[in-house]
Amino acid sequence: MGKTFAVKALERASGESGLVPGQIVDAFPDLYMSHTATWRCIKTIERMGNPPIFDKDRIAMVMDHISPAQTTKIAGDHALSRRFAEEHGIKNFFDVNAGIAHVVLMEHGLVKPGNLIIGTDSHSTIYGALGALGTGVGFSEITAAWVTGKLWMRVPETMRILVDGPLPEGVYPKDVMLKLIGDIGADGATYYSVEFHGSWVESLSTSERMTLCNLAMEAGSKNAFVPPDDETMRYLAEHGVDLDTVEPLKSDPDAVFEHTVEIDGKSLEPQIAIPHDVDNVVGISEVLGTKVDQVFVGSCANAKYDDLAIVASYLKGKKIASNVRMIVTPASADIMAKAAADGIVTTLIEAGAMLTNPGCGACAGSGGVMADGEVTLSTANRNFRGRMGSYDSSIYLSSPAVAAASAITGTITDPRLVSA
Amino acid sequence: MSAATTNALGGRSIVFGDDVNSDVIIPGRYLISIDPVELGTHAFEPLGPEVQAKLKESQVVVAGRNFGCGSAREQAATCLIGVGVKAVVARSYSRVFFRNAINTGLVAVECPAAVDVIKEGDEVWVDYEAGTVTVGEQSFAFTPFPPVLREILEAGGLIERLMKKFAKEAS
Repeated sequence: MGKTFAVKALERASGESGLVPGQIVDAFPDLYMSHTATWRCIKTIERMGNPPIFDKDRIAMVMDHISPAQTTKIAGDHALSRRFAEEHGIKNFFDVNAGIAHVVLMEHGLVKPGNLIIGTDSHSTIYGALGALGTGVGFSEITAAWVTGKLWMRVPETMRILVDGPLPEGVYPKDVMLKLIGDIGADGATYYSVEFHGSWVESLSTSERMTLCNLAMEAGSKNAFVPPDDETMRYLAEHGVDLDTVEPLKSDPDAVFEHTVEIDGKSLEPQIAIPHDVDNVVGISEVLGTKVDQVFVGSCANAKYDDLAIVASYLKGKKIASNVRMIVTPASADIMAKAAADGIVTTLIEAGAMLTNPGCGACAGSGGVMADGEVTLSTANRNFRGRMGSYDSSIYLSSPAVAAASAITGTITDPRLVSA
Repeated sequence: MSAATTNALGGRSIVFGDDVNSDVIIPGRYLISIDPVELGTHAFEPLGPEVQAKLKESQVVVAGRNFGCGSAREQAATCLIGVGVKAVVARSYSRVFFRNAINTGLVAVECPAAVDVIKEGDEVWVDYEAGTVTVGEQSFAFTPFPPVLREILEAGGLIERLMKKFAKEAS
């Protein structure tokens, strides 16, 4: 019987063979990512009496959630993190200017196929876009990994997602994922390794695969995975990875997938997650005309270069509605630089959007918070109550195309009715 | 009502539904703290002061499916410890909440049969060694934790377990 990717990746990381789903093993990750939670890890290791670090080169720190600092408390947390990184010679320290941890690590060649990567962020599933096993953990676990190099992991069962494409015009990977989450529910993939297969998935760019693997978490998955291929190698080479060091892992052709879910992409319309759960998903036709106060283009789900390009294509030569605030927060500094060089930034500003520094921004409630009764349409991955301000405000989630079209009209609008 | 065994943790219950997410358990704006007691004052704040008052009087959080879904924030577990919660009994958990609970020493068990019968305010006792949830005269079994998880819980959390191990090695 063949092995799944997850079994192979955990056999590699644990040094054990013959693993089966359900087993618990000690696994040694290739990388431990901590974001703005880094200071919590440092406080924890201080509480432990500052034991020696297992491997400083496996530590990556990214100051992304609240950047730049808005209060002296947060400034102190950042300062503590900088000092710790310097004192311990941690070379993979990315400061408040870098952007969202996940995107930054991938852009800097720190994520490789077959790797096991843990992060203090649930959306660490995104590393599967490059064929790695990424999963979210708490800050105590990252701290323990700093010291011991390992963590306990349960070998997951595998769920296979098959998407029939191509998608109609105006429909994007985000819509496929919202449809999937709506269909299987917020716990539909809990504990599963979720693999995306099929010719449509193969046709996607790494950036689009990031959207798939990022959002798989919203169905509860432990990790997500797109089989590495030529596109993966292209991305890795472009981002400075020596391809001779890459050892991709894939499920065997006869591996057992406990579940298979199929999505009919060909007939999909744009999808919207309505308040206050990500699996509360409807076709856009059910919510057309819903008034929005704010449009947010940001997050590790949909603020990559291609996302900004899509938004700009709709906004070129147009103005957003006068009663809408539009915030665009590029996922990384590199993306922002490229968008500036290509004129995307100018297009967005001329349309009336405001650009912020790269990072998590409004998705994490850092800037762009809402007053009572307000509504945001967001390209992010969560619409939980109070996440972006007042507990009496609402978040709708959509693709960047829907966000752009809706910013122009001030209501939820089908991008297929607005010329790009 | 008393504990089923000397190992049981429990008390008065507060009951929630399905898909209670970690933004509702502890809003992101409070993650600037790691003090469980301070965090506990904000636990379930989005659900309003009545729920928060009830929580303060409760020792067992009872929930439906997928409790703690969403963010990996460890404070979703520690805020409950800080407000005096001794155990969580749910139909199921998000994987990262479950990890965070065990790793911070919060007993979190999956026991749908118990959730079926528990009414808010009932006394509920959880014995993670015996693998039972006791509600009044009724007792419900759940699959006991694997040894590694039990060791972490017994030490009071992942970090505490490591500290004890280091202290033992040093002596």
